[in-house]
Amino acid sequence: MSWASWSDFFAMGGYGFYVWGSYLVALFCMIGEIVLVFNHRRTLHKQLSLIHKATQQEQNNETTS
Amino acid sequence: MFLWVIQRDLLLAMRQRADVLTTLFFFIIVVSLFPLGVGPEINMLRAMAPGVMWVAALLASMLSLERMFSSDYLDGTLEQMLLSPQPLSLVVLGKVLAHWLVTGVPLVLIAPVLGIQFNLPMDALLVLTASLLLGTPVLSLIGAIGAALTLGLRGGGVLVSLLVLPLYIPVLIFGAGAVEASSVGLGASTHLSLLGAFLLASLVFAPWATAAALRISME
Amino acid sequence: MAINWFKYSSPASFYSLAGKMIPIFSITTIALFVMGLYTGFFVAPTDFQQSEAYRIIFIHVPAAWMSMFLYLVMASWAAIGLAFNTRLSSMIATAIAPTGAMFTFLALWTGALWGKPMWGTWWVWDARLTSELILLFLYIGFMALQAAIDDPRRADKAGAVIALVGVVNIPIIYFSVKWWNTLHQGATVSLTQSPKMATTMLTGMFIMALACWMYSIVVVLMRTRTIILERERHTTWVSELQGTA
Repeated sequence: MSWASWSDFFAMGGYGFYVWGSYLVALFCMIGEIVLVFNHRRTLHKQLSLIHKATQQEQNNETTS
Repeated sequence: MFLWVIQRDLLLAMRQRADVLTTLFFFIIVVSLFPLGVGPEINMLRAMAPGVMWVAALLASMLSLERMFSSDYLDGTLEQMLLSPQPLSLVVLGKVLAHWLVTGVPLVLIAPVLGIQFNLPMDALLVLTASLLLGTPVLSLIGAIGAALTLGLRGGGVLVSLLVLPLYIPVLIFGAGAVEASSVGLGASTHLSLLGAFLLASLVFAPWATAAALRISME
Repeated sequence: MAINWFKYSSPASFYSLAGKMIPIFSITTIALFVMGLYTGFFVAPTDFQQSEAYRIIFIHVPAAWMSMFLYLVMASWAAIGLAFNTRLSSMIATAIAPTGAMFTFLALWTGALWGKPMWGTWWVWDARLTSELILLFLYIGFMALQAAIDDPRRADKAGAVIALVGVVNIPIIYFSVKWWNTLHQGATVSLTQSPKMATTMLTGMFIMALACWMYSIVVVLMRTRTIILERERHTTWVSELQGTA
């Protein structure tokens, strides 16, 4: 099944809009999901390291004072 | 114990008579809204009547789910019930039946009167009432699971509807379908028997699931 | 050498195991997607009846399968979490829900986009489409319930109850919708299956289904790791991790 040319491929027998519409949305959903998880992780890491630094600070103060 | 719970809840409901009536009036208002929205055209209304009545019954019973456990939850009697030697699902069954008696039965009684508003023929009215009679307890039973899960949560009311509406769909389909089947002449026995099956199944499973949900919520 | 099954059931060890597994699964996901799309677009012949529009099937059917499959997997993890009180299983169930909901939405979206050229309408009250929509409501109900409860332990258990109640209801909903569909419209409008599936079409679809499956594993593992971090923030191993990370 070789496509005559790239333009045929995108035209997809006249149904290009529907076929590529669904595949683009599929790609968007999947990438979006992964990006969401990564954002969630990054903010979490930031929070945790802040807490971590804060506890570190407290320990130093206790030991020094 | 079982009868005691029902008696107690009925007594409580009778004291706050307003609660009983609000659900009923909600049902009446919602049903009467549809002709205003859709227009007075008779055949249209008659075709729509079962669906409208059933959706209104669904919403009305769901609105009152909130109160099933929350009053006992707030003043602590729910905890006593959890601690009581009686099986919790029996207590839950009592509460659900009390809830049904307070909200479901008035709907069933008023439905034929409203049916006339939709110019439903007599046999369709009969089937509608029968289907509501079979269906509304199932709504209370399944709703109890949602009410128990969302006990004491902020925005619980909306959440219950989100949880419970998908589970109401089979009851809605066969409830409204029964009336339509009878008006088309197919006879509503199949639909009503299926509604009966739902009733029996939920009578067995729902109290047990609600009890489990209550224990989770009360931890 | 008795395999200690429960070694990986503790969040700490699962965290590192998942860390190692994610790269492996992501590579397989990408590879399978490339193969699936290649067979789908370049190997499978033009369908004589639907010409090219049928190629949507390569994403539509896997998404629908995955939406159903993920709900069952979610419900079983939730049941395990409820029965054995293992926090990790409930975390995995919570992690699966968004991906399942995404696939259900995808199945509905691609179904509508495929229905438009074939039947001329975006939405048809066909039994399968309707039950897919209800499945989406079940997913959203599960996620909404878990979001509304602050205490993670109660959220897990409450989620488990609603997931199990949902699983029991899926067949009932499906059959009642099927019955309802035949009552109203009669079986006139049914999803026009492309007549005889050419073998390449079938293989293309299966490869895509596998690819979607691998994809869900990757995303679920990632999300589980995030949930583990979130819930175990007070533990020592997380703070050590913070020290190094």
